[in-house]
Amino acid sequence: MPMTITEKILADHAGKDMVKPGELINVRVDLALGNDITAPVAIREFERIGVATVWDRDRVALVPDHFVPNKDIKSAEQAKMLKEFARKHQLTNYFEVGRMGIEHCLLPEQGLVGPGDLVIGADSHTCTYGGLGAFSTGVGSTDLAAAMALGETWLKVPESIKFIYKGELKPWVSGKDLILHTIGDIGVDGALYQAMEFTGPVIEALDMDGRLTMCNMAVEAGAKNGIIAPDEITRRYVEGRAKREYVFYNSDSDAAYAAVYEYDVSQIEPQIAFPHLPSNTRPVSQSTGVSLDQVVIGSCTNGRMEDLRVAAGLLKGRKISDQVRLIVIPGTQEIYLQAMREGLIEIFINAGGAFSTPTCGPCLGGHMGILAPGEKCLATTNRNFVGRMGHPESEVYLASPAVAAASAVLGRIAHPEEVA
Amino acid sequence: MKKLEGKAWKFGADIDTDAIIPARYLNTSDPAELAKHCMEDADPAFPAKVQPGDIIVADKNFGCGSSREHAPIAIKAAGVSCVVAATFARIFYRNAFNIGLLIFESPEAAAGIAEGDRVAVDVESGVITNLTRGEEYRATAVPPFMQQIIAAGGLINYVAERVKK
Ligand code: SF4
Repeated sequence: MPMTITEKILADHAGKDMVKPGELINVRVDLALGNDITAPVAIREFERIGVATVWDRDRVALVPDHFVPNKDIKSAEQAKMLKEFARKHQLTNYFEVGRMGIEHCLLPEQGLVGPGDLVIGADSHTCTYGGLGAFSTGVGSTDLAAAMALGETWLKVPESIKFIYKGELKPWVSGKDLILHTIGDIGVDGALYQAMEFTGPVIEALDMDGRLTMCNMAVEAGAKNGIIAPDEITRRYVEGRAKREYVFYNSDSDAAYAAVYEYDVSQIEPQIAFPHLPSNTRPVSQSTGVSLDQVVIGSCTNGRMEDLRVAAGLLKGRKISDQVRLIVIPGTQEIYLQAMREGLIEIFINAGGAFSTPTCGPCLGGHMGILAPGEKCLATTNRNFVGRMGHPESEVYLASPAVAAASAVLGRIAHPEEVA
Repeated sequence: MKKLEGKAWKFGADIDTDAIIPARYLNTSDPAELAKHCMEDADPAFPAKVQPGDIIVADKNFGCGSSREHAPIAIKAAGVSCVVAATFARIFYRNAFNIGLLIFESPEAAAGIAEGDRVAVDVESGVITNLTRGEEYRATAVPPFMQQIIAAGGLINYVAERVKK
């Protein structure tokens, strides 16, 4: 029977020849992940199970990234729980401040997740690794606790939806714009419980950072996972990084899909998601009237090297508007170093921006850029819910790094071509 | 078997976990602390007015957004006996079962129940009765595996049993 890439990965991890959508299966997990918000709850639950230690000390990754460097005493207590648990169980993949990064930037970069893997993480954006051709999905802390003990979890096999992207991208249109446009089209529950499979010539030509960005936001359409078939671009990315063997899976040409969407990308402009839902999208040309107080470039969606390069390219030799604060947050220490080598940090600082150590920070309204009532921020992050970046009366607009850089220069939402 | 009864508090579509428990309170996972801010960004008065046994009734995609288990924990600790929604976001759905917060998926109930209605829920059969309007709705059946998790008292008890064997 023909299967999709998602079904094949699930079948192999369930020890079955085939699986069908709707089936409840028990699967082997290649890596289980937690952070400084979700792992404390998982650790407490884990201790109630009655096992001496974790199932595999190389396959439990703990990444404090949300409120670190610790923003207050309570956050410090939570981060300390991770550190102590990691020591007690001799976890190989615990990442202290100074060696850490935002989890979904860090794990692919460090080769801890790879094509064909099945990864669960107590963080909804765990679906990012679909960009590598892995099945990965977010779960809660209790699911993480069970997986830490057993190395297994239960899943319902999702139906798959196929998204085909064709045509030539307009200048300044990125993976972020494609995924925002798609969510705008299908809605925040348009792929509820389903797999989003991104295909077509545009995806085949998209770089790895763009692929990770697209899969990262699959959860914003309610999806269980986002996935892109691995290819040469994937091979080049994982070679020399992968810490484990990896497998390239592909969908059969006659696999069954619950729906198929096709987009002509030559019609798509850079996109802006207006408050307070990621699906509330408009083309940038219809958004330029919104003045801004803050611009954030970073997060597990757009805090990677290519993102910083694009933004710095637009900011080089320019000053940002007096009206705005610009906060740039690299996804990992490795990206930080590379940005330094390439002179990007100097560009951001000369433009009048702040450059931070890696952290989720303002993305979830944690710290490092919280908004006051009435303030408006354009961010390269993934959620613009009420109060997401601070006061419930503040507003978040989502966009690509190019739009963010241009908007910082003009102090209002701007098309990159206005400053380029 | 077990019957729940309480007053309905109505919410709209796409209630996200940031609205259920904002991240500014996530530097703790203490249920009592979280309960103090339950649903705060959807309705700031909710923590003060909710009574033990009350029922949250919402439209589609309840609990979308982050994976924070703090969301169902906050609702449970606030004394809410169950959540009825047209649909649930998937991570919230899992989390609710795993921690033992009762949830019922029923588009008819979500449409038929108004704020303030008295609602009774038969946990076993999934029959939801609107006592104020004299209407009855059915919830989508829960898969047998998930019923086992509920019967065990949550995922951790279920796994602990398995580990002992
Ligand atoms: S960067 Fe934002 S979305 Fe990504 S893991 Fe951190 S808080 Fe979550």
